[in-house]
Amino acid sequence: MSPALRIKWCILRTSIAERLAYRADFAFATLIRFLPIVTQVFLWGAIYQATGPRDARVINAYTYGDMVAYSLLVMVGRAFSSMPGLTTGIARDIRDGTIKKFLIQPIDMLDYLFWHRVAHKLVYYVIAFVPFALVFWLCGSYFKGWPGAWTISGWAISLVLAFLIGFLIESLMGLAAFWFLEVSSLVFVYMLISYFLSGHMLPLDWLPAPINAWIQLLPFKYLAFVPAAVLLEKYDPQQLVLELGLGFCWVFVLYLLNRLALTRGLRRYSAYGG
Amino acid sequence: MPIIEVNNLAKHYHVYQKRAGWMASLGGLFHREYKQVQAVRDVSFQIERGEMVAFLGPNGAGKTTTLKLLSGLIYPTSGTATVLGYVPWQRDNAYRRRFSLVMGQKNQLWWDLPAQESFILHREIYSIEPAQFQRRLDELTDLLEVRKLVSQPVRELSLGERMRMELIAALLHSPEVLLLDEPTIGLDVVSQRRVQGFLRHYQVETQMTVLLTSHYMKDVEALCRRAIIINEGEIKHDGPLEEILDRFSSVKQIQLQFAGTEIPADVEKYGRVVERIPPRVKLEVLRQEIPRVLAALLDRYTIEDVGVQERPLEEVIAELFVRKEISTPTGGDS
Repeated sequence: MSPALRIKWCILRTSIAERLAYRADFAFATLIRFLPIVTQVFLWGAIYQATGPRDARVINAYTYGDMVAYSLLVMVGRAFSSMPGLTTGIARDIRDGTIKKFLIQPIDMLDYLFWHRVAHKLVYYVIAFVPFALVFWLCGSYFKGWPGAWTISGWAISLVLAFLIGFLIESLMGLAAFWFLEVSSLVFVYMLISYFLSGHMLPLDWLPAPINAWIQLLPFKYLAFVPAAVLLEKYDPQQLVLELGLGFCWVFVLYLLNRLALTRGLRRYSAYGG
Repeated sequence: MPIIEVNNLAKHYHVYQKRAGWMASLGGLFHREYKQVQAVRDVSFQIERGEMVAFLGPNGAGKTTTLKLLSGLIYPTSGTATVLGYVPWQRDNAYRRRFSLVMGQKNQLWWDLPAQESFILHREIYSIEPAQFQRRLDELTDLLEVRKLVSQPVRELSLGERMRMELIAALLHSPEVLLLDEPTIGLDVVSQRRVQGFLRHYQVETQMTVLLTSHYMKDVEALCRRAIIINEGEIKHDGPLEEILDRFSSVKQIQLQFAGTEIPADVEKYGRVVERIPPRVKLEVLRQEIPRVLAALLDRYTIEDVGVQERPLEEVIAELFVRKEISTPTGGDS
């Protein structure tokens, strides 16, 4: 293994060990994240039932079953794209000077944070696998059977994109702390916007054409809508390739912005906090 | 060739000036006043390989800012500096493999994991050969007496134990330059002595170049022969530690123990009384007056014990920091 790979592996391994240090808290936090989906399933049930027999009703081409399937898949997408504590963690490190360990050691800060986050996600998936499987088994009837290998592959790639784009957006916001120091309002605004623009609240294809056309150009849809839409086979093969290609373009752009923010930010960094 | 070479280094900060009160806070949303703070002003010095130099000054004097500049954490406003031939703020990986920075108030170790895990990560980051790593780890844990603690989560260690672990992490890759910022801050006397003893021994063994800031003069006296004094961002003294006393202290102290239980009432006419614990007294006397005053005292009183000593370094330096009118820098010679 090359030295660079060995460092990544060691960061990953150490981060996994760190994540497992507080087992009870982590397991509890993981399980508690399933509560919103239960609420959402009941909420959509009530909405669909309000105007007629639930299973017969169709809203914007989504049956109740489609809506439950969409919500579950959005939950999976968010499990990849949400980065709890990343932005605030970077901002805190900048504010209190902890960031110095990345600057004095021969290590790349973004690379380190990336593998640290991969470790957190891996531990999360291992712990969340059983509850995830249980929820999908209970709601199995809302899915139209197993999709083909092409769709599954596209879905897997879209989940990787969800992770990369989620990581890069949140790390970029964290790096904004070089200028603003406090970014909690920025995080709040981002959460608000991304809840809507990622398709977490509603499927993006429910929105009117001009708004939807603009939203489709933004990176937020990769955080939730695209992975769900891929597995629900809402894209034809050509569209799928285009969507994934555009996703990688966003990864590239966000990566460059992160690098730029880090370089510029370090130039104005004052190494606060002693 | 000097290992550390600093020429006219300056670092200015643009600092927001906030007035008290909620009206001022509201006004700050529309208009802000900034002040230029000169943290480091035209600082120049050189440090040779194997030197252990104390960097002294009151809070806010520019010591830590200088260390931050030398470790590449921040960019200077003007001036140049090279450490081991590298410009620190270019953050060359080759440079970062050859120096270490330890800040007494900052933790580099993984808080929830045993220090051993952080050490292993350091082994990978610095590409240390496994056998060499183990040898160095054994040596350092033995010297710092923490071998039994490496598998205990860092959060469960005492401050002194954590500081020793930090030192191990900083030294595992055998840095040629060590920048130490308040390494004994907050430690009890036993831990302070242990860290001092280790640093002294280790520096002699490895001939590592060390630049140390500390508010504890005991650290400085135990470890360094040369001191650079900085105040208000400027170097005020650069030379041997003893020279500080010769240069900035015009008095010495005479300790007397009189026969009997009392201190004579007229003893004050021989010098300024700085301590009085009957039958002992400590007088401050001008250096050039010492022989004459001592002879007079011995002639006039029955004295059981006598001693002449320099004023405590700590006292002299503290006075210097308050006085602020110290003469111009002496240059980079030690």
